[in-house]
Formats: sequence, C-alpha cells, structure tokens
Amino acid sequence: MRYLIGRLMWALLILVGTTAITFAIVFLVPGDPARVVAGPRADAATIASIRRELALDLPVPVQYGRYVGRLLRGDLGRSYATREPVAEILARRLPSTALLAATGLAIAIVIGLLGGLVTAPLAGTWMDRTALVLSLGLLSAPVFWLGMLALYYVGYRWRLLPLGGAGDVRHLILPALVLGTGTGVYYARLLHTNLVSVLGADYVRAARARGASALRVVAVHALRNAGLPLLTVIGLDFAALLNGVVLTETVFHWPGLGRLAFDAVLSLDVPVIMGTVLLSAFLVVASNLAIDLLYRVVDPRIRLG
Amino acid sequence: MRGTGSLLRLGLAMGALLVLVAAVGPTLAPYDPAAPVAPQLAEPMPPAAPFYLGTDDLGRDVLSRLLHGARISLLVGVVAMVVTMVIGTAIGLAAGYFGGGVDVVLMRVTDVMLAFPGLLLAVALVAVLRPSVWTIFVVIGLVSWTGVARVIRSEVLSLRERDFVLAARALGARHARILRRHVLVNVVPTIVVIAALSTSGTILLDAGLSFLGIGVPPPTPTWGRMIQEATAYYRVAPWLMLFPGAAVLYAVLTFNFIAYGLAGDGRAPGA
Repeated sequence: MRYLIGRLMWALLILVGTTAITFAIVFLVPGDPARVVAGPRADAATIASIRRELALDLPVPVQYGRYVGRLLRGDLGRSYATREPVAEILARRLPSTALLAATGLAIAIVIGLLGGLVTAPLAGTWMDRTALVLSLGLLSAPVFWLGMLALYYVGYRWRLLPLGGAGDVRHLILPALVLGTGTGVYYARLLHTNLVSVLGADYVRAARARGASALRVVAVHALRNAGLPLLTVIGLDFAALLNGVVLTETVFHWPGLGRLAFDAVLSLDVPVIMGTVLLSAFLVVASNLAIDLLYRVVDPRIRLG
Repeated sequence: MRGTGSLLRLGLAMGALLVLVAAVGPTLAPYDPAAPVAPQLAEPMPPAAPFYLGTDDLGRDVLSRLLHGARISLLVGVVAMVVTMVIGTAIGLAAGYFGGGVDVVLMRVTDVMLAFPGLLLAVALVAVLRPSVWTIFVVIGLVSWTGVARVIRSEVLSLRERDFVLAARALGARHARILRRHVLVNVVPTIVVIAALSTSGTILLDAGLSFLGIGVPPPTPTWGRMIQEATAYYRVAPWLMLFPGAAVLYAVLTFNFIAYGLAGDGRAPGA
C-alpha cells in the first residue's frame, strides 16, 4: 500500500514536470499566439485586446501558475482557435485514438508472442536467420511508408478496404496493422532472445526430463520467465507507440489525437498542445504503473515495496 | 554465431555503398534535382529511360533527387546519433557511477522525458527553434537519448563494484580518471552496438519529421519530404513514394544489420 502511494505521488510529479517543460517550450516560440488567434489582417488594438483576454500579457510563470491552478480544478482551458473547451475536444478525439492504439498494441502483442514462440526453438537454423532478416526488414521500414503501400495495394489496387478515414471496422484494419507490425516484430525479437537464454536453464531441462510436452515447456515454463522483461518493454515502449500513432493517423486521415496535437503545434494553439501532451503523458505514466502492478500477478516472488 | 557474423558483414557492405552514394551521389545524378527536366511537366511520368525512376509532379527527376538526398539523410542520421550518444552516455555514466542522489535526480529526469511522445516533443521543439539542419540534429538528439542513458547506466552500475574499479579508487585515483580509464573503456563495446542501433532510429525519426513537413527545409531534397510530397499522388504515381521509402528502408536496415550483427546470436541489441 505504501508502495502504491509512493508510485502515485511519483506519477503526479512526472505529470507536473511534463506540463512545466511543455509550457516552457511553447512560450519560447517566437510566434505570438494572440496574433495567430486574431488572424493576419487584425490591427494592433485587436491583437492587444485578445492578448489581454487570453491573459497572454501576464509574465509566463504567472500564466503557468494559473494554468496549473485551473488544471487542479479539472479545467483544461479553451482552444485559441475554436474557443471550444479543450476537455471536450480531447474527449471527442480520444476514443478513435484509443481504439487505434489498443488494436495496434493487441496486434503487436500477438505478433510478438507468436513470433517469439515459433522462432525460439529454431535458434541457430537457417529458418531462424531468415526470420531475423525478414523482421529487421519490417522494423526498418518507415511506418508512414508501410501505410502508403498498404493504402496503394490493399485499398486502391485490390479495392479490399477503404482508402483511409474512420467509420466501421474495415477502416480500422489497415492503420492498426501498420501500427502494430513493426512493434510486434520488435517484441518477437526480444522474446526470442529471452526464450533462447531461458530454454537452457535447469528448471526447463527438469520440466523436459519429467516428460512435459514441448509446447508445455515453452509456453508455460519458459514463457513465464522470458515474458517478464517483455512486459517492461511494452510499458516503456508505449510512448513510442504514440509516435507511430501520430504518423499513422496522418497517413490514414484517422481523426485522432495525434493529428490534433500536430496541428495545434503548427497553429500555436497553446491550450490544445498542453492538453494533448498532458493526456499522452498521463497515458504513458498510467500504462507504466499498470505494468508494475501486473508484474506482481505474473511473478508472485516480486514483492512491491 | 556464423549467421550473425555474416549479418554484420552484410551491414558493413551495405553501409560502404551508402557512404559512397552519399559522397559521390550528387556528381552521379543525371539531372539537376531542383529543375523541371521532364518533357511533360503537368503530371508525373512513370519510370522509363532516360528517367529511370520516373519524374514527379513538377517534372523533376526522381533518381537525381534520391541521389542528392542520400547525403543529407545520412548526415542527419549520423550527427543526430552522435548528439544522442553524447547526451545519453554522459547521463548514464554519471547516474550509474555516482549513484545516490545524482542517480535519483538523473533517472527522474529520464522518466519525465520518457513520458513525452518523442515525435510531438520534436515537432514542438522544431517550431520553437525554426527548422534548419542544425535544429534537426539537436532536436533528434534531445528526444532520443533516454534509451541510451538507461542502457549505459545499468552497465556502469555493475562495473562500479568490480575489483579493478575498487582498486583504482583505493589507490586514490580521481573520479574523472576512473571514469575515463576504467569505466568508459569497458562500456565501449555496448556504446558501439547502441550507436549503430540509434542511427537507425535517428534516420527514421528524421524521415518522420520530414514526412510531417517540418524536417530539413527545402531546397535540399530529403527522402522523407519526397514521400510527403508523394502523398497527393500515391494512386496515380506510386513510384514517387516507392523509391524514397525504399531508400530510407535501405539506410535503416544497414544500421540494424550492423547493430544486430554486433550484438551476435540474433539477440535484440540493448535488451
């Protein structure tokens, strides 16, 4: 329990850290948000009044203090561009990004487990070396390029799936596959590495000597131990997955948070930038916390705290 | 092991070709990469002699643009990797060697950085610093050092307790000397593997930034921006995205082969 409270406090501190860094970066921008809001033809008086209205005339630390104060009351502010509450914009965009990220992650985990389990017993053979070269090929391809290839062949030439956008399950298949494949191949290589080192261990040989089936040896005895480090990587890799989300959403015109954040940065929409960064940092921190707790379930020897 | 040894040789051979193209590519290019040279300028022409990889929507020769782009892509990848490695190694060394409060603070900073999606942070930083080649070097380095720091730190943590380090300390050697002569020397093999791996990462990140339209600014033709410019034409002129994408794949694959080859036994490096 004390461990959990400590972890939660730390998670909160990380979130405060990310808001401070983001705020600092945004206000180093040479552009003037008030000018962006006012539009290109506004006169000086209009810009000045907008600056006062958005409290941009106050010193940056004061603005930051006000922002954190509002944040603690659950108020994320309003978009400079549309004057809509940021919380509403995020709430509208989050489900599609969450759907894409979760499906992509699920695909990655399936590919990782299957790939690792299938290739580990083959270690050292030509089949394993072929699998390694193939997986490195997939790992090395830019995710947005894979997306465009998928759109060209599957969507345009073969007319099997829609050409981007969101809607039913058919819109989800390609972006989720493209997002999950590279990550999945990486997981497979990690699991492969860990499995190979575990397969020679005494308890695995003992299980084999007791007459356990090959499948049982790999899936139950070896996977338990080889899978643990993979859990950490999945948690750490979550931020990298969000990188992929930004690119995938761009290629497939997927109306999610990644695209929103990118557009907000380019238009200096400070509250929206802050909101998306905070939300993604929250997701990363929460996923790491969840993985920590999951460790305990998978390996009861680990006592937290 | 034999298999991965050949992986390393393959990677090095591919790397030699890449360096060669980056060095002499612009002189090999048959046309001016920025000039409209195709007989028809209105729409892209498919690959056919004398435009072996086709032309783009502005009538420019794709092959010439690719050859000119090789230098900048490799340069950004390698310099950004050096920035990444310097920051990551310094932080990892300090955290692992000094331990205690230094370690706690540095690892907390690393955790905060890890919570940022690197690409968004890079986009924000480029917006602040204005796009130029130098900005891209620094920004990619600033968002990619965390993994390096973690690997180096865990390596140094175990080195710190080894006999030769303890002996040097007992003999009264200064921290700077111990770090340089005893610790750094022993993490060099790890640094080499991670450097190769991180080059593949920086090339991909650079291509991603270019694809989002905020990479190295025009007129330098970068592979990532060629793919971005091709998005509007991917159905009618797929060769416009096919070749630059394949070029990025080749460069990234080169460094992945080297990294996996060095790590040996088909192991995932850095794991």
